[in-house]
Amino acid sequence: MKLWKTILAAATLSLAAATSAFAARTDLTLGIVLEPPHLDPTAGAAAAIGEVTYANVFEGLTRIDDNGQVQPALAESWAVSDDGKVYTFKMHSGVKFHDGSAFSADDVKFSLDRARAKDSLNPQKQLFAHITDVTAVDPATVKVTLDGPQGSFLYDMGQVAAVIVAKGSADGNKDKPIGTGPFKLDHWAKGSEITLVKNPDYWGTPAALDKATFRIVPDAAAAVPALLSGDIQAFANMPAQDALGQVQSDPRFSVVIGSTEGETILSINNKKPPFDKLAVRQALASAIDRSAIIAAASNGLGKPIGSHFSPGDAGYVDLTGVYPHDIAKAKAYLKEAGLENGFSATIKLPPVPYARDGGQVIQSQLKEIGVDLQIIPVEWAEWLSQVFTNKDYDLTIVSHVEPNDIDIYSRPGYYFQYDNPKFNDVIKQLGTTVDKDKRLELLGEAQKILAHDVPAVYLFELPKIGVWDAKLQGMWTNWPIEADDLTKVKWTD
Amino acid sequence: MTAYLLKRLIIAALTLVLASMVVFAVMEVLPGDPARLMLGLNASAEQVEALRNQMGLNAPLMLRYLHWVGGLLNLDFGRSYTYSVPVIDLVRERIAVSLPLALIALALSTIIAIPVGVFSASRQGRAGDTLAMGAAQLGVAVPNFWFALMLIYLFAVWLRLVPAGGFPGWGAGIWPALKSLILPAIALALPQAAILGRVARSALIEVLNEDYIRTARAKGLPYRAVLWRHALRNAMIPVLTILGLQFAFLLAGTIIIENVFYLPGLGRLIFQAITQRDLIVVESIVMLLVAAVILINLLVDFSYAIVDPRLRGRQ
Repeated sequence: MKLWKTILAAATLSLAAATSAFAARTDLTLGIVLEPPHLDPTAGAAAAIGEVTYANVFEGLTRIDDNGQVQPALAESWAVSDDGKVYTFKMHSGVKFHDGSAFSADDVKFSLDRARAKDSLNPQKQLFAHITDVTAVDPATVKVTLDGPQGSFLYDMGQVAAVIVAKGSADGNKDKPIGTGPFKLDHWAKGSEITLVKNPDYWGTPAALDKATFRIVPDAAAAVPALLSGDIQAFANMPAQDALGQVQSDPRFSVVIGSTEGETILSINNKKPPFDKLAVRQALASAIDRSAIIAAASNGLGKPIGSHFSPGDAGYVDLTGVYPHDIAKAKAYLKEAGLENGFSATIKLPPVPYARDGGQVIQSQLKEIGVDLQIIPVEWAEWLSQVFTNKDYDLTIVSHVEPNDIDIYSRPGYYFQYDNPKFNDVIKQLGTTVDKDKRLELLGEAQKILAHDVPAVYLFELPKIGVWDAKLQGMWTNWPIEADDLTKVKWTD
Repeated sequence: MTAYLLKRLIIAALTLVLASMVVFAVMEVLPGDPARLMLGLNASAEQVEALRNQMGLNAPLMLRYLHWVGGLLNLDFGRSYTYSVPVIDLVRERIAVSLPLALIALALSTIIAIPVGVFSASRQGRAGDTLAMGAAQLGVAVPNFWFALMLIYLFAVWLRLVPAGGFPGWGAGIWPALKSLILPAIALALPQAAILGRVARSALIEVLNEDYIRTARAKGLPYRAVLWRHALRNAMIPVLTILGLQFAFLLAGTIIIENVFYLPGLGRLIFQAITQRDLIVVESIVMLLVAAVILINLLVDFSYAIVDPRLRGRQ
């Protein structure tokens, strides 16, 4: 027994010594919950694609930074015509794709034309809808013409689905992504891990890391031991659930709670009686208690919201007080709608903890005003076909993670079935407004309409639970877009 | 023997055809559209329709079934919708994890179970037997994901002898690859060993009460020889049956352990394919597994004949 102890102690010591010998580490293993189906951000909507490739492998004309601000990327500068319709982008020189081919204005034209083409399968095709022409003026200059001024055009060109790809390699990007970024794909062991290595020919500031591995850890229970054993050194967004405390109390780790663009909402089928009555929706909004929902569905970490807007974004208006939690008031609203005896309805819950846990709280809260909810658990595929496509639902809980997506309430045929001419008008104005202050004013107005009209009950903003080795620097705090940008990540000491 | 073999083969082929129909029908009935899943919330209905056409999802049901079965007969398992690589490549990568893992777990479980079974049976009702069977009861009762997590905390987090999870691939070397399979194999083997041990014990006890055992003892053979040479061999048939079932389970039914150790095994591939409605992956892999189970059962049937010479001459 004594011998065993000695051997174990020696083994542990030698391992510890081996770890400290690599003082300035240049490799990093990150945990991600979902594996990307492929690695082409222009061909699939899965958030995991952007998590791995955005800013690391692929770059756009512009890029979105940690604070949600637009920064130059492949375009080093740009000029906008007086009528706001023509953008002239000046490209960086000496940019090469990972396969060695040179990047030029032609690639920008190819990428934008491909994304807006009739047969385009780009998951965010609407971003390119206002482009009427793309011209490569010379190898370093691109002129993009729009059908009118577009307030969010530069932002949109920095989104994940707007990255620039090369004509020669675009079709192979799903498996062998060829971008211009500071990292390139080394190998992808499907189901296990994706390894990126530093691109030695990068045009900009080179990355500090030589190697970054995204390891797929699907199980929340496995995430903690993976961190504790040192196998994984960072989770950009940890599936922590109840185990977060265990990591929080450990000085070896930094726990950084940030915000995302995920508005978690109780979506309402606005055309389906009795939800077509404003008073019924007002009753729902007054009956729910956000703090109890946040405690159950997000470990108390989510920020309450009163409209479809992220508290981290410019122009946010706090509207959580429009319908305060008030059971008597909620009952009065129901009476106004002629439903003082309550009614019954269904709520379809997708397989994510925030929905399944939040749904139970909402069920019990609505019971207090006589609304009897039947919970129907669905998987994502069912949710997409039943709720999103066929609009066969009463209520559902979902987090809308697309950035700056308040316009979804004005989209015809969207699953909310909400149609408010006043709101549509504000969104239309917003689309063509470039002036910053005017934009913020319109955004505020849009938020207020939604808060009062309750096309959905706004619950909370999904938090980003960043957990990483305390010696690691440069990880994103917030997720203005779902990206694990590693360009500034480095080990200290 | 040939007639027996032929009959078994015809039954196997019919089972395969029936299974292919059931698998295909079930996946069709399941709500959900792989194209919408891939393109997400912002894609238009026209884009989804275009992708469905591209993936061949809009062809008539019967045609798609025949196309798929025709492919299977030519050993063409189709292409994954989501990964857009041939299904057979995906399977090959996953089998490289699942098969060694299943074999190690099965070997471990046999090595533990048979001696325990023999030990218990030969001391039936005594303290040693009670203790061993109590342990087996515990082995069946302990949830294996919990047991797996305990193993991880002990050997990976505290002692740091093995990784907490993941699989480096056989390309990283035999030892690193094996190292990452040790804990999952133990976690898988324990409940299997507990079941197998109990089966071995009861089969052996039954055999030990047979007349020929008394005869063997009466003619002066030592107890040890009777036990190992005569009794155990005859008790092997139920043990082999269970082993065959366990192997089939270990190949693809280990999703929980694969998740806890984040191993890229077959179970996780199927699970992921179901949630993403990667129909062709699910259908083709389930068919491969059906074929594997049928093959294992055939092998078990033949192995009966090896341990029991009387079966060899039977029609």
